Amino acid sequence: MATDAGTLVPPPGERYTGAIITDKIADLVLVRPMHAGYYVGFIVTAAFTLLFIVAITYLFTTGVGIWGVAQPVAWAFALTNFVWWVGIGHAGTFISAFLLLLRQHWRTSVNRFAEAMTIFAVAMAGLMPILHLGRPWFFYWLIPYPDVMNVWPQWRSPLVWDIFAIATYIIVSILFWYMGLIPDLASLRDHARTRGKQVAYGLAALGWRGEARQWHRFETAYLLMGGLATPLVISVHTVVSLDFSFGLVPGWHSTIFPPYFVDGALYSGFAMALVLAVPMRKVFRLEDFITRDHLAKMGTLMLVTGLIVAYSYMVEAFNAYYSTDLYEIAMMRNRYFGPYAPISWSVILCNVLIPQALWSKRLRRNPLALFVLGLVVLLGMWLERFMIIVASLERDFLPSAWHMFYPTFWDLATLAGSLGAFAFLFLMFLRFLPAISMSELRKDVRQETIRAGTHT
Amino acid sequence: MLYALLAEFADPRALLDAVRRCRERYHDVDAYAPYAVDGLAEALGVRKNRVPLVTLIGGLVGGAGIYFLQWYSAVVDYPINSGGRPLDSWPVFIPPTFEITILGAALAAFFGMLLLNGLPKLHHPIFNAPEFELASRNRFFVAIRATDPEFDAVRTRAFLEGLAPIKVSEVPL
Amino acid sequence: MPPPVTEASGSLAMRARQRFWRSLSEAEGIPDATLPRPIDTRFAPNRRDFMKLMGASIALAGVSGCSHGSLEKIVPYRAGPAEQTYGKPVFYASVLPRDGYGVGVLVETNMGRPTKIEGNPSHPASLGATGVIEQAAVLELWDPDRSQTVKHGGTIATWNDFLAALQAQFDARAGTKGTGLRILTETIASPSLHAQIQSVLERFPRAKWHQWQPLNDDNLHDAAEMVYGRRLDTVCRFDRARIVVAFDGDFLDDAPASIRCALDFATRRHAHAAADARSRLYAFECTPTLTGAAADHRLPIQAADVGAAIAQLARALGATTVDVANVLPDAWIAAIVADLRANRGASIVVAGRRQPPHVHALAHVVNAHLGNVGNTIVHVPPAADDPTNQLASLRDLVEAMNGGAIDALLILGANPVYTAPADLAFASALAKVPFKVHHGLYVDETADRCDWHVPAAHPLECFGDLRAFDGTLALQQPGIAPLYDGKSAHELLAALAGDTTRGNRELVEAYWQRERASDFAAFNDRALREGIVDGSTPEPINVALRGDLAAVLAKATPSQPPRAADDIEIVFVADPRIGDGRHANNAWLQELPKPLSQLAWDNAALIAPALARRYGMENEDIVEIRVGGRRIEVAAWLMPGVPERSITLALGFGRTRAGHVGNGHGVDAYAIRTSDAPWFAGGVAITRTGRKHALACAQTHHAMEGRDIVRTFTLGEAQACTPDECGTPRYRNERTLYETPPTGPYAWAMSIDLSSCIGCGACTIACQAENNIPVVGKAEMRNGREMHWIRVDRYYEGDIADARALFQPVPCMQCEHAPCEVVCPVEASVHDAQGINVQVYNRCVGTRFCSNNCPYKVRRFNFFQYTDDVPGLDSQRNPEVTVRMRGVMEKCNYCLQRITNAKIAADVEGRRLRDGEVVTACQAACPARAIVFGDLADAQSEVNRRKSSPLDYALLAELNTRPRTTYLARVTNPSPALAQSTQQSRRREAPPAGAVDTRPRADR
Repeated sequence: MATDAGTLVPPPGERYTGAIITDKIADLVLVRPMHAGYYVGFIVTAAFTLLFIVAITYLFTTGVGIWGVAQPVAWAFALTNFVWWVGIGHAGTFISAFLLLLRQHWRTSVNRFAEAMTIFAVAMAGLMPILHLGRPWFFYWLIPYPDVMNVWPQWRSPLVWDIFAIATYIIVSILFWYMGLIPDLASLRDHARTRGKQVAYGLAALGWRGEARQWHRFETAYLLMGGLATPLVISVHTVVSLDFSFGLVPGWHSTIFPPYFVDGALYSGFAMALVLAVPMRKVFRLEDFITRDHLAKMGTLMLVTGLIVAYSYMVEAFNAYYSTDLYEIAMMRNRYFGPYAPISWSVILCNVLIPQALWSKRLRRNPLALFVLGLVVLLGMWLERFMIIVASLERDFLPSAWHMFYPTFWDLATLAGSLGAFAFLFLMFLRFLPAISMSELRKDVRQETIRAGTHT
Repeated sequence: MLYALLAEFADPRALLDAVRRCRERYHDVDAYAPYAVDGLAEALGVRKNRVPLVTLIGGLVGGAGIYFLQWYSAVVDYPINSGGRPLDSWPVFIPPTFEITILGAALAAFFGMLLLNGLPKLHHPIFNAPEFELASRNRFFVAIRATDPEFDAVRTRAFLEGLAPIKVSEVPL
Repeated sequence: MPPPVTEASGSLAMRARQRFWRSLSEAEGIPDATLPRPIDTRFAPNRRDFMKLMGASIALAGVSGCSHGSLEKIVPYRAGPAEQTYGKPVFYASVLPRDGYGVGVLVETNMGRPTKIEGNPSHPASLGATGVIEQAAVLELWDPDRSQTVKHGGTIATWNDFLAALQAQFDARAGTKGTGLRILTETIASPSLHAQIQSVLERFPRAKWHQWQPLNDDNLHDAAEMVYGRRLDTVCRFDRARIVVAFDGDFLDDAPASIRCALDFATRRHAHAAADARSRLYAFECTPTLTGAAADHRLPIQAADVGAAIAQLARALGATTVDVANVLPDAWIAAIVADLRANRGASIVVAGRRQPPHVHALAHVVNAHLGNVGNTIVHVPPAADDPTNQLASLRDLVEAMNGGAIDALLILGANPVYTAPADLAFASALAKVPFKVHHGLYVDETADRCDWHVPAAHPLECFGDLRAFDGTLALQQPGIAPLYDGKSAHELLAALAGDTTRGNRELVEAYWQRERASDFAAFNDRALREGIVDGSTPEPINVALRGDLAAVLAKATPSQPPRAADDIEIVFVADPRIGDGRHANNAWLQELPKPLSQLAWDNAALIAPALARRYGMENEDIVEIRVGGRRIEVAAWLMPGVPERSITLALGFGRTRAGHVGNGHGVDAYAIRTSDAPWFAGGVAITRTGRKHALACAQTHHAMEGRDIVRTFTLGEAQACTPDECGTPRYRNERTLYETPPTGPYAWAMSIDLSSCIGCGACTIACQAENNIPVVGKAEMRNGREMHWIRVDRYYEGDIADARALFQPVPCMQCEHAPCEVVCPVEASVHDAQGINVQVYNRCVGTRFCSNNCPYKVRRFNFFQYTDDVPGLDSQRNPEVTVRMRGVMEKCNYCLQRITNAKIAADVEGRRLRDGEVVTACQAACPARAIVFGDLADAQSEVNRRKSSPLDYALLAELNTRPRTTYLARVTNPSPALAQSTQQSRRREAPPAGAVDTRPRADR
């Protein structure tokens, strides 16, 4: 009976009061009518998570030599995965924080799972730089603390900035997410029938009472967090991009990287958000909360960020030739006509050409199409990171050192494993926490009601 | 022994009216809602909110601290020649400073909010009130605490009845 | 962004670059080595490989472990031996064999362990320098694969068992005066050993002594006999030669004297050498060699045409009338003749030992005609004892064996089962001998087929004496007592002569006591300390050409039979690393890329790209080579500079009993090498098998892409240079925002002279030995993970048919603005006060950002635990250098340990370090004196002098990394007359446009 209504907030009136919203969303967690698809997904993702663990164990016991990295391509899959995962995280924060500041109410239906996506993506990202270390058990040497060697981190290294950026990012994301969860946890506590759940959610809710003064401070703090997360998300990928533009490798050493990377990050993030949202709303019958309009909005954002990415590609090529720098030109030629040309051209195909389909309004409102486009863009963005990192390193200054990179099974296993672990965590999230912010939705529904009331 | 008298409403507008009326006679008035009702805090006479200040301090402490740490470790404690760059390369100290500023502010905002809200506090008398679980669903409550000088079990109850609530219930301590 | 490199500049370097640009387009066809396909990097097999590489299984190690416990009584170490201070290395002067001739060395021992070899400055074959073979000798010494016990029929026996068996033989044949007793040795250039052979022959008058080693001097000695009527050695003094013409003569690499030749040659090749002193080298050769690469003019000609070529020159000079078909362009002959005539007495015409006697004879004639004899050429009595024709000697032996005339054969050091020409079928002949004894370092192919095997003591383990290529004598002394039950050849021969009591030392000393009865003590002490016997250098002998020379020559010189247009020849060469195969188990030598092909761990059929095009072959295609009814299958490798109808195959590979390291690498070329054509044979048929064999190549790209990497100037251009006009501005002229950080008393720097560098790779091995650099193995090399701290890059310039190879040794540049340091997050890569970019291994976490950011890609990473602690091998390690663990970055640090030691010594004496007091390992080994290391703060230092030259330039200076290591541009001295005609000849030989693209699919 739930028709896929074309509004950004569920319609007011009898069908959707705060009560019904709360019951419907809370029951997803409390009373579990689990879709068969969920269990399939659970088993598959659990299997890949296991593969991830195996790959990491083998890596730690044996050495990064099990990957294809060598001289001169000393960075490859791990760093590609890192940049890609961080990027995916960004859309989540963008939706929850940036749109919050802009008072975009349609965000209410999607911000919760988008934030979850952020946290899990950044968790995957955070693992990669540690995994790729030659001696991962010493990763904490990048953190400043008075150690026995009396030495400190080398503050000029972007890798140190990375530690701070990523750590800050994941902590703030978790706080922001948890803060938003507190009132909903209280709802779950109050709805839970079994003692165990009451205790569990009760503890998590920290004794939230919904008292007016609490709400008052809560809203202020939430807004402030949003205000902090927005510049943070920009800074994080800026720092990530500095990992490359700070170096002098042709193809890395470029001033356009920060905006270029941030935008690319959002691009892949919106793609991932769509890839998660489309099946989720189907499996959990949330079409009324995450409506086609929501999807269309994200589609539009994807189109916009995609156009900026395309522009960045052009600027990059232009800069190379405009600089008349021998190495930059050689790099650009090598990127599009060298051994890795197939990758570079698939990047153009996936990130520039195919997404132009989003100009069509019909397509933007078609969940399946958006899902497929999301996958295409995710692939494209991963390949772009790979192209920037590997194709640039493979041929830098001295031709005598040039050498191709080929991935090994363990490179692929680590990538696939991280995807599996990400999806696994996301499924866990859907199982135990409300996928949509009930308290904010209650408020929005109320305001819609008022507006509707005044109209009539 | 009584903690408070609790009146239950179905509608935020009713809640707001009720709160205003209560405030005319009583001081220790609390309101409970399933979401942040605009104007409710003002109606309760809440003026100042210290969360922004706490956040600002947190940010400043974080930023200043990390910048000092960088300068001290790179220039004073263990100066080394790294790529022939100056010891006090302040531009490269900026990124960590920025990040830690944000981190400090965020931590302050989050924990400041909790502490000022007196959370975590897992047990509270109000939870003893019947149907209070609806406060996190779709019902709105006004409570007049027994600590109020004007409080009188009978008269206050009559007063609340006068606000046309769904019902009025006693909250035991 | 670094200052962009534009082609706008009109500087000389830019013009040089434009030449490269041109040549780049021409060089399009230069084959890129196949880029490795992904290799399974699972560790388990790798780990096994490492064990193999490091030459040992635990079992072996165990044996080596117990064999240390000798039965001598142990005394507490109260007063140490003289000259031994804890933690201080002790150097012993000794001499190591190189094709049987002596090269004087200093053996560095740390607490009694030989760990490093240095050249002996006072020895004529070394003058302080060493080659790769000498450097790698220490690894051979500690190789746990070495034969460790006497073996009888493959089972462990004792020396006494062997002596008993020997006695039984004597008893059985009492009174036969040694009929049927034969001794087979390699070239012997040792008076004491020769004396012992004589004494054996005295005891058994009917016994016979044979000699065989595949890399012998038969052709040279026969030629001497042909020309002068007696066998003698010819010593070339390249330091006196202004014009050198080499006919397939790789004197820089492929001769017992090559270290000395390189040294002499370099004196006239340095970038700063005076213009009138500068020499000019013409090279006509088949296989590209170091000599060809160093030449000012190189013309690839087939090995079979070399005879005709030198005859053509001799005729043009009027030195002879021998009449054969012309093979060289007239322009070349004209230019060379003019040069030679203008430099009478100051020129050398030299031929390679591959070439038949009549070619050497013609060389003798030409040199005599030009009055070089006595000036640039001196004749000395042969350094080898009894320099017989070894091929004939081996043939006699085999015939006798087949005839059943031999009932006891002693093989000393040689490995004929593997190295004998295929047609002699040595193995089957050997089977007919009832009592066979093998004496050698390894249980090799020959030992396998002998009844008895006696392990040989390593040259670093025993006393002895060796003559150098010029006859100079040096005494050999051990750096350590024999690790296993090794016996010296002296002991074995003594036993044969009936003396089983005296040991190696007594035997050698006894000989010299007889020789120097008067002053033995003084003589012995002095000779051992100096590493050379004073006044032992023989006087040059004056010999006259034979009267009937013309007739002899005419008879000896075959008038070139017209070869079929597509008759392909195969040329056998000694492998530039493992020689004739005796060093096959030496992981350092196996992993050291061959100078021109840059291949390691394999030999391959080197073929011209043109030939490959004809047969549709690509790199790594396995081809079947049939010649004279024999066939082998070997991977092909496309090589610029090889004549189109010639295939080169290196000897020494395809060993079956070399050891864990050497077994199964490459293909055994001896299988198709016959006694009638030991060096090159025509009538070769090749077919593709369609299969591929993976080869490990250290450099997969060969063109300079028009970048300013190796600067080459002609002498004229170089003279036209003024400091600011030669090339882009030097790094010291670059602007910088940063004030220079405070420096200490010293500012270390290095200068590498690309003009004198011959690309031999001695620096790489010296560095490997000095700095405990691990070996990674073939699979890891294909992954691009070799660990060499200083590599020798090789680029090609010019068109594919006759590409000129340019060498460039690349160590860490020690940038003052090091890009690697600023990106290291943990301060593992930092700069010290003396300007060295140091790597703190125990702080490194292995982000590898430094390697990415290093424009020179000189950083090396331990992707696995490459350094396995194999008992035995760990004894070779330099105690002053940290052994790096898995996950750690490492790189050249200017031999920091040597600098520190020298500084301590200087501080003790309270003085400043003197220039040249600190010598890096690569510098010490370099036979071309291309590397100079020193202190920039010392205005008088040699390195400062070099850097003041206008030819000095910093690699990638435009990045403003301000490297401390800089290069002197390569200066060539082409013949003005030949300049254009070379162009023409090149154009003639240039491949048609759109030459087949031999690059792998992935790279197209």
